[in-house]
Amino acid sequence: MKTLQDCLKERILIIDGAMGTMIQRYKLEEKDFRGNRFKNWQCDVKGNNDLLSITQPQIIEEIHKQYLEAGADIIETNTFSSTSIAQADYEMQSLAYELNVAAAKCARNAADEYTKKNADKPRFVAGAIGPLNKTLSLSPDVNNPGYRAVNFDTVVQAYTEQIKGLADGGVDILLIETIFDTLNAKAAIFAAKNYFRKNNIAELPIMISGTITDASGRTLSGQTLEAFYVSVMHANPLSVGLNCALGAAEMRPHIEELSQIAGCFTSAYPNAGLPNAFGEYDEQPHETAHIIEEWAKEGFVNIVGGCCGTTPDHIKHIAEEVKKYKPRELPVIELV
Amino acid sequence: MRLSGLEPLIVRPETNFINVGERTNVTGSKMFARLIRAGQYEEALAVARQQVENGAQVIDVNMDDALLDGVQAMTSFLNLVQSEPDIAKIPIMIDSSKFEIIEAGLKCVQGKCIVNSISMKEGEEKFIEQAFICKSYGAAVIVMAFDETGQADTKERKVEICKRAYKILTEQVGYAPQDIIFDPNIFAIATGIEEHNNYAVDFIEATREIKKLMPLTKVSGGVSNVSFSFRGNEHVREAFHSVFLFHAINAGMDMGIVNAGQLAVYDEIEPELKQLCEDVILNRNNNNNETTEKMINFAEKVKAKGKETVKDESWRKESVESRLSHSLVNGITDYIEADTEEARLQYPKPLDVIEGPLMDGMNIVGNLFGTGKMFLPQVVKSARVMKKAVAVLTPYIEQEKEERKKAQIAAGTTGDDPAGAAKILLATVKGDVHDIGKNIVGVVLGCNGYQVIDLGVMVPAEKILETAVKENVDIIGLSGLITPSLDEMVHVAHEMKRREMNLPLLIGGATTSRMHTAVKIAPQYNNGVVHVLDASRSVTVTGSLLNPDQKTPFLQSTKAEYEKLAIDFGNKKTTKQFLKFEEAQQNGAAIDWEKYKPIAPTFTGTKILDDFPLSEIVDYIDWQPFFIAWEMHGKFPAILSDTVIGAEATKLYNDARKLLQQVIDEKWLTAKGVVGFWETNKTAADSIQIKDKNIQLEFLRQQIKKAAGQPNLSLADFISPNQTDYIGAFSVTIQGIEKHIKNFEAHFDDYNKIILQALADRLAEGFAELLHKKTRTQYWAYVSNEHLNNEQLIKEEYQGIRPAPGYPACPDHTEKYKLFTLLGGEEATGIHLTESLAMYPAASVCGWYFAHPDSKYFGVGKIEIDQLEDYAKRKEMNIDEAKRWLRPILE
Repeated sequence: MKTLQDCLKERILIIDGAMGTMIQRYKLEEKDFRGNRFKNWQCDVKGNNDLLSITQPQIIEEIHKQYLEAGADIIETNTFSSTSIAQADYEMQSLAYELNVAAAKCARNAADEYTKKNADKPRFVAGAIGPLNKTLSLSPDVNNPGYRAVNFDTVVQAYTEQIKGLADGGVDILLIETIFDTLNAKAAIFAAKNYFRKNNIAELPIMISGTITDASGRTLSGQTLEAFYVSVMHANPLSVGLNCALGAAEMRPHIEELSQIAGCFTSAYPNAGLPNAFGEYDEQPHETAHIIEEWAKEGFVNIVGGCCGTTPDHIKHIAEEVKKYKPRELPVIELV
Repeated sequence: MRLSGLEPLIVRPETNFINVGERTNVTGSKMFARLIRAGQYEEALAVARQQVENGAQVIDVNMDDALLDGVQAMTSFLNLVQSEPDIAKIPIMIDSSKFEIIEAGLKCVQGKCIVNSISMKEGEEKFIEQAFICKSYGAAVIVMAFDETGQADTKERKVEICKRAYKILTEQVGYAPQDIIFDPNIFAIATGIEEHNNYAVDFIEATREIKKLMPLTKVSGGVSNVSFSFRGNEHVREAFHSVFLFHAINAGMDMGIVNAGQLAVYDEIEPELKQLCEDVILNRNNNNNETTEKMINFAEKVKAKGKETVKDESWRKESVESRLSHSLVNGITDYIEADTEEARLQYPKPLDVIEGPLMDGMNIVGNLFGTGKMFLPQVVKSARVMKKAVAVLTPYIEQEKEERKKAQIAAGTTGDDPAGAAKILLATVKGDVHDIGKNIVGVVLGCNGYQVIDLGVMVPAEKILETAVKENVDIIGLSGLITPSLDEMVHVAHEMKRREMNLPLLIGGATTSRMHTAVKIAPQYNNGVVHVLDASRSVTVTGSLLNPDQKTPFLQSTKAEYEKLAIDFGNKKTTKQFLKFEEAQQNGAAIDWEKYKPIAPTFTGTKILDDFPLSEIVDYIDWQPFFIAWEMHGKFPAILSDTVIGAEATKLYNDARKLLQQVIDEKWLTAKGVVGFWETNKTAADSIQIKDKNIQLEFLRQQIKKAAGQPNLSLADFISPNQTDYIGAFSVTIQGIEKHIKNFEAHFDDYNKIILQALADRLAEGFAELLHKKTRTQYWAYVSNEHLNNEQLIKEEYQGIRPAPGYPACPDHTEKYKLFTLLGGEEATGIHLTESLAMYPAASVCGWYFAHPDSKYFGVGKIEIDQLEDYAKRKEMNIDEAKRWLRPILE
């Protein structure tokens, strides 16, 4: 069967769209989130989308299938917040490992089903590793810029647990995404490299996806795009790219720059435009797809898809538009 | 090697020496240590900031102090550094002899750091483990040449250990070679112990070998160690470091921990000291510590005398040839007239003095400049000395010529003058008044022994070509700064072909480019067209062209290169997509005019600012272009402390500030300006009617197909389509320079002449900046409170813009006529427009004012024929004329 690398050389791959947007469509209530197992949990858990991998796995699997049906080659596990640090909001730190295994299995089942249907288009599962709600480079206290709400070792510990869960659950790729503080991402890379080395396991490929938060072209932690890329190059990533915060139109100059400096594959999965006054995304599937088509034509990208506000319909349009273009060829990066 | 802070630092083979700031090191800086011990981190941060401002490209942070908790101090300090973008922008070198402190540091920094250092002193196993950890953090790593048996002191040991470490790192740990930096140990020399004498040579030679064997790796070192025996004697140490670095960098050293402020300029070190440093560092003539003894004696002498008294006048005792050469190389005018006269009496003919010792001296200057040991301001000073010397000799040469002529007539023979130096004709083309760059090229070529015929500015093609024939010149060089000059250069090339001339044509000046030369000028003329990037290249290019063996191959390869460029250009052209002009007009800036109420200026009509105080303008000067004019590239003020050019930049800056003060005190120059505002009606997408003036402004619009959502901008977009809006305009000029330029010329003082010209330019730009601020806050008053410092002004962080006709946002120079008419014509400020619409005096600036918050600078880029036709129609201009003016933006 074709490997991920084979597929990337052959065509532009499609990564799926938003999970949260799709979950919202089910209009789930507190009791749905709790399911049977957590019906007596000590605090409210509504909004803990990652918990659904355990309590409503059929919904998560169904969403994955909708994206696969739309043409996604890579689907992301429902694990954006499945770390002991992020789960502390729901007092569910101890469930972190289990959440990752469960979510990986949902995605694995769905992907395998579709691969079986058409072996020429194998589907891959990317274990989503989110940015955390605490940052290593920024102080939450403006009066005390040297203060940190969390330290590097704690973050590494949390990510190691997540990575173990994802690997045990059977993911094909680790996707460190929505990076707004590069030091958090470096902790994730550190965790991954050490987990594989210490346990003597073959490394899973790593995808890295940063987030440019505004027109300045910098990450929230202040790095320029190139500085960000230089800071994560040691991960020897399969791909580097951008997601979230910006719509495709705003993301264009940055993905163009990245496509020129990156020696590995590039990925981009923007939001469905910028949110309106109600925090909703109204960019239509054909609009997003039209902008992304131009990136494909210019040879900026190897992997494209959607982030917040995008739906299977967006993914379908994007897949349709980009399939006529060759994937970006890797540039020769000067060895210095 | 790629490193990063908030910004990337890419170290390429051609990158200059990277200097690592050393003051944030508790073992090296007592002050820093005191601050950290006292927990005064804010003050400690100021030390780091100062390093960055002084030009450090990486800062070394070291907290190894017995009285400190190193892990805690490293963590606290680096966390604070991360919150200071001014400091965090550059990469950090985490320096400790304790690995736990290094790792603590790595946990705080998002960018790609350098670890300083790891080694094999405790065996391979530990080395490998530490390397793996460094690699997991993505850090580049410094490896000390240190193994189980100790620190390497000889070249052989250094190389052997580095090779072994390299093999382990690349094969077992998987380190990329470009992330490995070797520190082959710089040890103190001249200690009096004979075994130490060769340490510097060992380092330099080890560096050479390491770079040969492992070319992607880097070499670093702690430079101040080398002069440890002379601590307390800063004068000697500075010279020592400079000489050491000169040799080590030549051998391949890439970076080092240095105090940027503590370096002498290599060629400025007094000869005796330099010689001693060279001998001691290179361990020459050092049997029985001879050289070392001399060095120590010298150092003690200097120390006893103090730094001020070391001015060395011993060169005055040397031969007249050496003295002339010394004056030329060091730019000393004090003795040049007397020395020249002395030489004239010694030599058979006055011309022999020029062709002998003076040219020898200038050749040294040319060589030093060519090898990067002298910088442009120094070369210009040398030229001043040369001109003074030649002026002493000229009357005698003339007299001799006369006598020879008479003798020839008497003898009935006709004389043939021996072929003299090659002649190069320089001119700023017709319609253009800018000549700073051309003057610099003239000086540099003069220094290299060529006879330069400078026809000045606004020179018509006929005059250039006639002079070239009459004077039998060898090369013609054209210069220009504004875009219409490009066409004039094409014209000159065309004329040269028509007249069947056969001498090479050089093209230079800020607006010119290799691409334009290849595509537009070179095809006009077959006998050699070469674009010359800057003054320093002019020497090599003319050298190749005047060497009979090199000329043909050089011109052939240039021609081949230009033809390839032209073909590539042709291929590229077709891939650009354009919108139809109507479509572009419909895709203008998306400004929500419903939500915007134009603000009325405090007056309409014009206001003249006559004789505006120069002292107020000074604060608004952007110095960076001043240094660029002198081919010194770098950010101001960081350039003043640059390791390589800092000392010369500082001298130049001091000379410029001094002259500027004189200009102000003695009122050499006069600043004049005019500003005006008018009500407007937008009559079409790109047309703006000035109310009650019967003047309609026409703008050009971007026509290249943009990505979805990106507008096709025109300046007209920033004027409201349906409400009363306003536009402003200004022009400023600096007058009165001519007399002083003449005066400098009379004293052969190109150095001050060029400084004065560059200052006048800076004052004009500064005045424009100041006037814009007044406009924003006072005259138009569309912003109520603005607090921007000069740096923010230079970065254009203000609201509103001031684009000039002829520049990217409104590339049609002919709109300048309307601007000048509106502002009251030539009388208002005395600025005169040439036929190419350059402004005279050259130090003049004009532009439109737009106030809308969304207005921004942009480039129109290329346009299509449909827009050209529409534009010509709107301007009631003949299409061919419109084409001529807009050629730079036509495909």
